Amino acid sequence: MERLRKYGFIAGFLIVPVVLYSVFVISPYIQAFQISLTDWDGYAASPAYVGLENFAKLFDDDAFWQALRNHGILLLVLPLATIVIALFFSFLINLGGGSHGAGMRGIWGSKFYRVVFFFPQVLAVAVVGVLFRAIYRPDEYGVVNGVLIKLGFDPVGWLVEPSIALWAVIAVMVWQAVGFYVVLFSAGMAAIPKDYFEAAALDGAGRFRLFFSITLPLLRDTVQVGWVYLGIAAFDGFALIQVLTGDKGEPDGTTHVLPVQIWKTAFNYSEYGYASAMGVALFFLTVTFAVLTLRTTRRERIEF
Amino acid sequence: MATRRRRLSRPRPSLLSGLSHVALVIWALLIILPLLWTFLASFKNNAEIFGDALQLPQALRWEAWGRAWDKAHVGRYLLNTVIVVFFSTLGTMVFGSMAAYVLARYRFPGNRLIYYFFVAGMAFPVFLALGPLFFVVQQVGLLYTHTGLVLVYIAYSLPFTVFFLAAFFRGLPESVAEAARIDGASHTRTFFQIMVPMAKPGLISITIFNVLGQWNQYLLPLVLVARDEEDWVITQGIASISTLAGADADWPSLFAALSMTILPVLVVYVIFQRQIQSGLGAGALK
Repeated sequence: MERLRKYGFIAGFLIVPVVLYSVFVISPYIQAFQISLTDWDGYAASPAYVGLENFAKLFDDDAFWQALRNHGILLLVLPLATIVIALFFSFLINLGGGSHGAGMRGIWGSKFYRVVFFFPQVLAVAVVGVLFRAIYRPDEYGVVNGVLIKLGFDPVGWLVEPSIALWAVIAVMVWQAVGFYVVLFSAGMAAIPKDYFEAAALDGAGRFRLFFSITLPLLRDTVQVGWVYLGIAAFDGFALIQVLTGDKGEPDGTTHVLPVQIWKTAFNYSEYGYASAMGVALFFLTVTFAVLTLRTTRRERIEF
Repeated sequence: MATRRRRLSRPRPSLLSGLSHVALVIWALLIILPLLWTFLASFKNNAEIFGDALQLPQALRWEAWGRAWDKAHVGRYLLNTVIVVFFSTLGTMVFGSMAAYVLARYRFPGNRLIYYFFVAGMAFPVFLALGPLFFVVQQVGLLYTHTGLVLVYIAYSLPFTVFFLAAFFRGLPESVAEAARIDGASHTRTFFQIMVPMAKPGLISITIFNVLGQWNQYLLPLVLVARDEEDWVITQGIASISTLAGADADWPSLFAALSMTILPVLVVYVIFQRQIQSGLGAGALK
């Protein structure tokens, strides 16, 4: 009886989540792999099975390669820029005030900075996109160009100039992300025992030495987590790029990314087979990146 | 002791310290100024907006706020978002914690399998599912409805919620649950009256995480409730107002709409910033 009651309870608690999850998450994922092997247009009752044709088409698709190049740039620049800036700020905020008696403390006003820096993180990416579309206006009425004109420069077409557009987009991503990693790294720094810094400071280590010889090595695990998260973000960029530069990947496809292309191929062109093939490619790219990062940077854990 | 303290806090080169402050102030301004500019631009008229970008508005004109609320339906979009996020977060927390609890604390055949079944969902990019998801929601008759959107939000929030909360429930002491059982409490009662209160810190963190994630969602509504404008959530609304602002040449109401979206988030953030930061941070490090 008790056994029966226990299994009844388990089943009762699991049934709704498992059904919801199977219907709306698992089944679409499995279907996506099947559809990627067909030429389904969203209407045909029995779409033709075309084997790997969609993937072959992908290889000849310039837009796909352009998107891959952009993901490559994002993958290099976004994590690097965000982590360097965030590490610098979190070091200043947590340890920049020098050591005082019981331990290290942050620079003056550090609480305020932490609150301000984190705020963009709670804004919706779509809202941030609209905001920066106004700020980046290519004519002299945008904020950035207004400042440039004041300083005596010519206005710049931030989102319309092919050589700058992607960098302007990356700048917004970094703008939004830094605060989150400041908080993340701050938590990591708080976990480093105070006497490490104290001992080093006693031995005459300056702030540079404290950062590079003590903080950074001991923060390795946290930085690695950050790197993986930012890398995965580098394969997304949908909301921001869709809002900032439109779904055509303007200018000249220099801000093409796979998610926008998938969305467009599926819902504008009704090429669900081809869109799913792109999705499968995106999946393998993301997984490969995550596995490679975790593999190559794995090291023995340092226990405090 | 006195000498030691003096040595430790000896003034470092003040140039370095000054530069650090400059860097922090610049980044803070980079965040504050665009938001402040948006807020101020909502009071400008079109002439001022197409004038000097760095000029303050000449008067506090609230008309654009009225237009954004009525004509651009920002009120409607905000209400839709609140309703959707309320039910989807509630559902995520109820179903997520139930599943996590059972998976964390009961032994039964298939336990590991179901756990990994949930956790695997974190590895897949949602873009992969996009096309088929549209047709699945259509088949169950919930396309273009808020109910459909709520159920999809719940389903896609489950992997992380289950993963995080299972770890949390696993860490709770066995003795209390044991005592409850001996006192004759049913499994369900033990869960709701004993385990849930004990798991409160974890539940709060992950609730904040889900509220923010679902409030900011743009992709799923774009696919699932795109047809009728009155069903839109705020992110869709803002993106569309931004496109329309160019066509109607009504820039002030775009900025008013943006301000209306950002201000409530700002207020909630300032009140709960400590919990929000620890909630998101804990989520990332798990």
